[in-house]
Amino acid sequence: MSVLVFAENWEGRFKKSTFEAISYAGEIARQMGTSATAVVIGNASDEDMKALGKYGASKVLFLKNDKLNTLEPGVYTSILAQAAKSCEAKVVIISYTYTGKAIAPRIAVRLKGGLVSGAIALPTGLNPFTVRKKCFSGKGLTDVVVNAEVKVIAITPNSYKLNTGTGEAALEALAFTLNDGDLKVVSKEIKKSSGKVALTEAEIVVSAGRGMKGPENWGMIEQLAEALGAATACSKPVADMGWRPHHEHVGQTGITIGPNLYIAIGISGAIQHLAGVSSSKVIVVINSDAEAPFFKAADYGIVGDAFQIVPQLVEAVKRLKAAHN
Amino acid sequence: MKFLVCISNVPDTTTKIVFADNKGLNPAGVQFIINPYDEIALTRALEIKEALGGTVTVINVGGAGTEPNIRKALAIGADDAIRINAEPTDAFFVAAQIAEVVKKNQYDVILTGRESIDYNGAQVAGMLAEILGMPGVTVATKLDIAGTQATVEREIDGGKEVVSLSLPFVASAQKGMAEPRIPNMRGIMTARTKPLTVLEAVASEMHTASVAYELPPAKQACKMISPDHVSELVDLLHSEAKVI
Repeated sequence: MSVLVFAENWEGRFKKSTFEAISYAGEIARQMGTSATAVVIGNASDEDMKALGKYGASKVLFLKNDKLNTLEPGVYTSILAQAAKSCEAKVVIISYTYTGKAIAPRIAVRLKGGLVSGAIALPTGLNPFTVRKKCFSGKGLTDVVVNAEVKVIAITPNSYKLNTGTGEAALEALAFTLNDGDLKVVSKEIKKSSGKVALTEAEIVVSAGRGMKGPENWGMIEQLAEALGAATACSKPVADMGWRPHHEHVGQTGITIGPNLYIAIGISGAIQHLAGVSSSKVIVVINSDAEAPFFKAADYGIVGDAFQIVPQLVEAVKRLKAAHN
Repeated sequence: MKFLVCISNVPDTTTKIVFADNKGLNPAGVQFIINPYDEIALTRALEIKEALGGTVTVINVGGAGTEPNIRKALAIGADDAIRINAEPTDAFFVAAQIAEVVKKNQYDVILTGRESIDYNGAQVAGMLAEILGMPGVTVATKLDIAGTQATVEREIDGGKEVVSLSLPFVASAQKGMAEPRIPNMRGIMTARTKPLTVLEAVASEMHTASVAYELPPAKQACKMISPDHVSELVDLLHSEAKVI
């Protein structure tokens, strides 16, 4: 009667969102008086899989098959469903990443379970099983009760703290028969983002808007991002005018992010933009207009000329990094 | 080629959200729109139909109040529409209703938006694919069809992936797949007479229920830093906020 958690990996490596999902599953398992079992599909090393024990997985069920290194939603669902049956899981935890968004609804249907996607905290109660999530693109919060016997929870990255224990997970190979006809979604090409840090996974994001006056002025934004180890983002008008690529557009109709630090430069803070970044832990706004609505949503603000302030920020960050390295 | 595009009726992106007794959205003064991602899906379906021939049907699960937006979808260019006359209580309920229509009418391509901007669940497309036993691609930024094969580009963490799959399939649309169209006068005029079929809901289990709502906690006042002391911001981010 284990809690099952999907331990997503990228080319064999686990990332923070996976550790968060395992920590979350481990804590729910503890509350339920059971243990957490992780499922790994792909080429992770034995060492890395054993280390998932640190975050709260007592067992890892793994499946290595070169045909399954990229996501095939139907097959991944079958593998998870088989694992869920083998450990009689009543709770299944998945990261609310792009992969999680593809498989969480399918596994919920397959197990006749109820799905809460985008959970932001531990269940507020186990009976009834109640989980809080955001709604209206971050403008509201709602408590969702799962009535079905099986509960599937997709947890928002960067919303749950990491458990730091010591244990080592026991490894067990999952016997799964893959038939060639099962692979219905066939991977043809992977295009990696050009940015040094992927936007959806970044802990710090430096974002800029129309206040930058033109695409030729983005050099200082990139310098600040580089100094901070941050990803770069932009507002909708900037993407629409072609100053920056569309995949950098954060907001209600762009990408939704929740980094630890979001620095908005020359962005006024329209409600649609805020909807995409309101999950950020700390927001810094730099704008020449003291009346910019973004200041109301910010933790720290500077009213002034970005062209003067940003280069000074870059230098100050470099000094801080030099002093602490 | 038969397209089915699932559209959701959601508060406009500029809506200030107010809850009525924490039991749900207070609809007073709220302008409802077609979910923006669904509109992207609809536009791409129309583009492919115009190139390859076929029909585009839109479907909505909702009360009679959603009909203005269904008519808008017809004005944008959909050929006909279906409304399942029921409140969309959770994603599984909605997917179960749509799946029932798909089983009867045999669509080749079923499209949704990547998520609705009210519950942000990103659930219906994946659930539909599973219920119907079809391949599915979620958060798709490009969609092309040649014969019985589709080539789809989807978002993955850290980039994009191009995949191929056979019809019939389910896909959810992300920005980039198409630029939404504004209905023209001729579209608005013809939309009035296009068929809109109202069907009663089929029985479905209730797996989840949103039982309470509240607004996020108010932010503390923004701490202002003088533009003459920029390094102070870096110090605060390091020692007070502890984020760098």
